[in-house]
Amino acid sequence: MLHIEGWKRVVIWATCALGLLFALPNGFYGQVESYNDAQEAGQEATGWPSFLPSGLVNLGLDLRGGAHLLGEVKLEEVYTTRLEGFWPEVRNALRDERATIGAIRQQEGGAGELVVRIGNPEQMDRAIEVVQTLARPLASLTGGMTDDIVVSALGNNLIVTLSEAEQLATDDRTMAQSLEIIRRRVDEAGTREPTIQRQGKDRILIQVPGLGSAQELKDLIGVPALLTFQTVVGRSSNPNGATGVGNELLPAADNPDLYYILERTPVVTGEELTDAQPSFDRNGRPAVNFRFNTSGARKFGQYTTDHVGEPFAIVLDDQVISAPVIEVPITGGSGIITGNFDVAESTRLATLLRAGSLPASLEFLEERTVGPELGQDSIDAGKIACLVGFAAVLIFMFLSYGTFGIFANIALLINVGLMFGLLSMIGATLTLPGIAGIVLTIGMAVDANVLVFERIREELKTAKGPARAIELGYEKALSAIVDANITTFLTAAILFIMGAGPVKGFAVTLGLGIITSVFTAIFVTRAMVVIWFERRKPKTLEV
Amino acid sequence: MRLRLVKQQTAFDFFEKWKLWLGVSALLVVLSIASTVTQGLNFGIDFKGGTTIRAESSTPIDVAAYRQAIEPLALGDVSIAEVFDPSFRDDQHVAQIRIQAQDGQEAVASDVVAQLESSLRNIAPDIRFPSVESVGPKVSGELIKSAVLAVVIAIAVVLIYIWLRFEWQFALGAVGALVHDVILTIGIFSALQIKFDLAIIAALLTIVGYSLNDTVVVFDRVRENLRRYKKKDLSDVLNLSINETLSRTVMTSVTTLLALISLFVLGGDVIRGFVFAMIWGVMVGTYSSVFVASSTLLRLGVKRDWSKPSNTDGNQFANIDA
Repeated sequence: MLHIEGWKRVVIWATCALGLLFALPNGFYGQVESYNDAQEAGQEATGWPSFLPSGLVNLGLDLRGGAHLLGEVKLEEVYTTRLEGFWPEVRNALRDERATIGAIRQQEGGAGELVVRIGNPEQMDRAIEVVQTLARPLASLTGGMTDDIVVSALGNNLIVTLSEAEQLATDDRTMAQSLEIIRRRVDEAGTREPTIQRQGKDRILIQVPGLGSAQELKDLIGVPALLTFQTVVGRSSNPNGATGVGNELLPAADNPDLYYILERTPVVTGEELTDAQPSFDRNGRPAVNFRFNTSGARKFGQYTTDHVGEPFAIVLDDQVISAPVIEVPITGGSGIITGNFDVAESTRLATLLRAGSLPASLEFLEERTVGPELGQDSIDAGKIACLVGFAAVLIFMFLSYGTFGIFANIALLINVGLMFGLLSMIGATLTLPGIAGIVLTIGMAVDANVLVFERIREELKTAKGPARAIELGYEKALSAIVDANITTFLTAAILFIMGAGPVKGFAVTLGLGIITSVFTAIFVTRAMVVIWFERRKPKTLEV
Repeated sequence: MRLRLVKQQTAFDFFEKWKLWLGVSALLVVLSIASTVTQGLNFGIDFKGGTTIRAESSTPIDVAAYRQAIEPLALGDVSIAEVFDPSFRDDQHVAQIRIQAQDGQEAVASDVVAQLESSLRNIAPDIRFPSVESVGPKVSGELIKSAVLAVVIAIAVVLIYIWLRFEWQFALGAVGALVHDVILTIGIFSALQIKFDLAIIAALLTIVGYSLNDTVVVFDRVRENLRRYKKKDLSDVLNLSINETLSRTVMTSVTTLLALISLFVLGGDVIRGFVFAMIWGVMVGTYSSVFVASSTLLRLGVKRDWSKPSNTDGNQFANIDA
């Protein structure tokens, strides 16, 4: 007999009510958004009762406007820096063996390798052995132990590279650090709700709603802001001049004809900064005050004590900002960077230094800017299209199926509500193709109902009485509904996994739409039909 | 009085002219492939790399003047197209400017965009640039790869699913229809030179889903009728099944088209190409589920007698349904 158990009815209606409750905040978008902002800032909530859910459907950049960047982190740079820092250790170890292996010299190597020329190549095995002792064991994922470096020989040269396991570990650290620093820099700029995600092995996706252009965003996060203090070896006006191994030639920031020859290994780096603030120097020009942590302060103090009267280069992103002569030892751990700044630059520099430096540089592969007015136009157009499409489908269903059409229409309304509820709950992003996905779902959502209703019509011709026809209609349509929707759901899932950006947004609404439409078709409409049937007890049925 | 798009009882013979229908489909497929091969697709920057700039001005757009202003920048292939849309205001003139990816650049050059914007500002002072999108050649290559992969995987997964739920003949029929739809859709994009970008891939996959939805509903009925009428000819069973589900097929296509057409007319120019692909796909998908999928199934034949086991004729997972 046509019947749904009481507890099932409760579950069905409770699910609908819950879904609609979660969808509710989207009806008051602006209000809820300001409430959420106030919450985040720790202020007293305004305008939206706190007992109601306050999750919103995130609007994608194509709808609300903003900047989108896809950057690639140059991971190999970190390998090179790591090995560069490893050199003093290698040098000291090999120096102790000079009697056997002869003189050692660092050579220019490729990216990610440290090359050392050995005086007595026949003793290469011994040299490798010595360097090998410097390796640190690394627990790998497979449980085995590997070293962090690989030492090999090529002719007279001993080559040190990072082991594969160490490279992987370094990659992860580099990515985590890059993400963290980008997040801090974007946050410092005061933008809200940025999306900063790792994508794949070496990519970072950054989306900031409401930002005027991708260029602004790039300016903010694109620079490494790597601050170092390096020993000055000499000055030169020749950009191609010889520097000597272990040294490098860097341009002066404020003088295009001046180059400094510096020792490549820095004395102290920005990593050891604890604070940086914009300020002014003695002459009232903009400058940046900084403070080192304990170990940085010790190194800085030691160096300035030992090198009074010598110039000391302050290098930011491979440019010498200034090279003042050390007048007195600076032991307090704080100092000042002067240069040719204006106030805005010194403020930005302080911000960047405070946030920390990017471990490796970023290359931008993709950038998109959508103006907020275009986004608003799209939302308006999408809204109208949705309403018109919706109305057309509702009218058409009513004309085709009468009372049953009304049931399907109510279910359709609930269906869209549930979709928004789910989208809000999982915090998914709604994009323009996503709106198209919703419209498509509106069209397709009625399909399950149509299948059932058509089936009921057929069964009415043969079955004994309307109740039986309805029951059989639902029973027999089920396998077609399940098969048809599972196949569509599979394509939505593939879209979601493979797709990027807007395609993903579309897949989300399509996938959720399938789930909600199957639910409404086989539970909600059915519940309505059953209730109606119990009340009316019709002798004949017109579907 | 109910609105009936399809009579309650229909008895069309869909296979009477099956040669004609398959011939028409084959012809369209060949034309699509020929068009795609000869004139190619109008790839958007997602797949080609480069920059797209949307320019809005209150003065009418003079494409020649724009071109002249951009020429001195020597950006290579620049295309300027005026965009028309009924939803625009009277003083809203929109142009879409596309710059090819600049040689030897992995990343995106923003100074190029800045230069272009300032040259255009010289001839149209109130010009605004509501959207600027750049994709580097490295990413665009990957996007093509993953898009093609997505379509292929979708088809493969569907093939396996239907094979498990029905029999291999059904799976081949359904996939034949799918491939048909995808090729025809790509063909119309090539023939009309509509911009082909990432969103269109989404549309293609949706078409895959929709066409399948249709095909599966018909096949589900075929499976049911094959069990009920054990003695009937396969072509009769197919005809009966299609006729029985015809009303539903038309209903669903119409509701979907109603929604899509309203999006096409009112949804703005940004997603028009995308919606067009879907409208076309829904129509082609409806057609193909009847004519291509079922005709293929008819040609392949279906094993009817399951009393004798055979390990070559598919399987009977079909019995697991609810």
